[in-house]
Amino acid sequence: MSTRFEPPISDISASFWDATKNREFVLQHCRTCDKAVHYPRAICPHCHSTELEFRPASGRGQVYAFSVMHRAGNPTMEDRVPYVVALIDLDEGARMMSNVVGCDHAEVKVGMQVQLTWEELSDGRNLPLFEPAE
Amino acid sequence: MTEVPELRGRAAIVGVADLASPTGELGMSGREVEVRMATEAIADAGLQMSDVDAVFASGNYGVSMSIAEHLGIQARYTDSTSVGGSSFEVHVEHAAAALALGLCEVALIVYGATPRTTMKAGQKRDRGVPTSELLEWEIPFGLRMPIGGYALAASRHMAVYGTTQEQLASIAVSTREWARMNPMARYQDPISTQDVLDSPFVCEPLHKLDCCLVTDGGGALVMTSADRARDLPKPPAYVLGASTCHTHLMISAMPDLTVTAASVSGPKAFNMAGIKPGDVDVVETYDSFTITVLLCVEDLGFCAKGEGGPFVEANTLGPGGDLPLNTNGGGLSFTHPGMYGIFPLVEATRQVRGELAEGRQIDNAQIAVAHGSGGVLSSMSTIVLGSEETL
Repeated sequence: MSTRFEPPISDISASFWDATKNREFVLQHCRTCDKAVHYPRAICPHCHSTELEFRPASGRGQVYAFSVMHRAGNPTMEDRVPYVVALIDLDEGARMMSNVVGCDHAEVKVGMQVQLTWEELSDGRNLPLFEPAE
Repeated sequence: MTEVPELRGRAAIVGVADLASPTGELGMSGREVEVRMATEAIADAGLQMSDVDAVFASGNYGVSMSIAEHLGIQARYTDSTSVGGSSFEVHVEHAAAALALGLCEVALIVYGATPRTTMKAGQKRDRGVPTSELLEWEIPFGLRMPIGGYALAASRHMAVYGTTQEQLASIAVSTREWARMNPMARYQDPISTQDVLDSPFVCEPLHKLDCCLVTDGGGALVMTSADRARDLPKPPAYVLGASTCHTHLMISAMPDLTVTAASVSGPKAFNMAGIKPGDVDVVETYDSFTITVLLCVEDLGFCAKGEGGPFVEANTLGPGGDLPLNTNGGGLSFTHPGMYGIFPLVEATRQVRGELAEGRQIDNAQIAVAHGSGGVLSSMSTIVLGSEETL
């Protein structure tokens, strides 16, 4: 069970977090311009349509940028140092922040292919993390 | 978007003050720092507190009302713009426009904070309240803020352009060379590139010496219209150009981590001023981290995108270099009380006045750029200051 700071849920993001209870990874898509949107919003930042819907996502992507935390971002992460925080460019076109786990931090590279993995949260939700792609 | 060339040279910075200590501590409250800075800057301008009719401050709710109330000023123009460290450059832009339109006559921009004293007393620093989006989509992953955001940008720049940790470190080294000439600077001993690389990683690829300080400090600016500025005792630093742009609040929403909004604010400010990067005599820019300087030097057009590494490595930015940058020692070595953006404006004004000590003063400095960066490379604001001769 995770001891980390657990994300609050907003009205707009409730569907995203509900899906994680079944380890399903969903992303918002704009019905008007068909682009993927993350984080979940009330308006498409690309075309400003408000016609957004959640769709199942592949959970695959690549590392856009990363940093190895030698000092923790908050007290709940202190026992994990050093750990990797990364921006992941998802295959659907959206970018999200996450951790790269399942490998030594020295193996993480910009452009590295990654796939989804999960960390259980205390309330039945799961937090989407990433590991090197098989 | 339409240009506003009529703003060029219409307002000026006429009074400045800044304060910091080599100990990093000032032994007074943030409010006392603000009062002292306001008083000193108004005296430097040759004006009275009762002349001030516009108040600019950055921070929490109502901050301009709070400082104006404390100073006994009834402001008829107010601005609490709070976009992090670039707030004060934005204030100068807004003040220049308000002064040019006659909405106010004498503007006071003031800042003071004592985070080092607060930290040493074991109290929690006031870092503001994170947005719900930050709590939901970034904080759970443990990115150390703000440095982690900058480390992400550094990793991307290194991967795309081959920029090295040594090149980033050279920015800390040249900045320290300038700090040796500032008696108020926190650190005045020279450092080497190896010293930076040997300092511990905080968020890889950034080391401790790639990071700005945490110190007490403050500063203030007084601005008035160009017409009134000419009657005051000291040479005015005219606002020749001003522009602001922000692209995101959260680093995960930054469109391209190798290109900041300075690529918009810089060219627009230079265009308003009628100058090219090669015309700039001295640059005072926000150096929260070494990567901040590298990105802004590229985005302001002093070198091509991606060439910042070799550009800074050639000691271009240090004393005797082709592009003197952060002649006060910057946030890396002089002071960084949380929002450093007031200090580049103070130093740029002094450069244009020609009143700094030999060595630190750039010979015949006519055009100085003060550039602010706020958030996590989020909000960029560029101010071009010029002497009477540049009008």
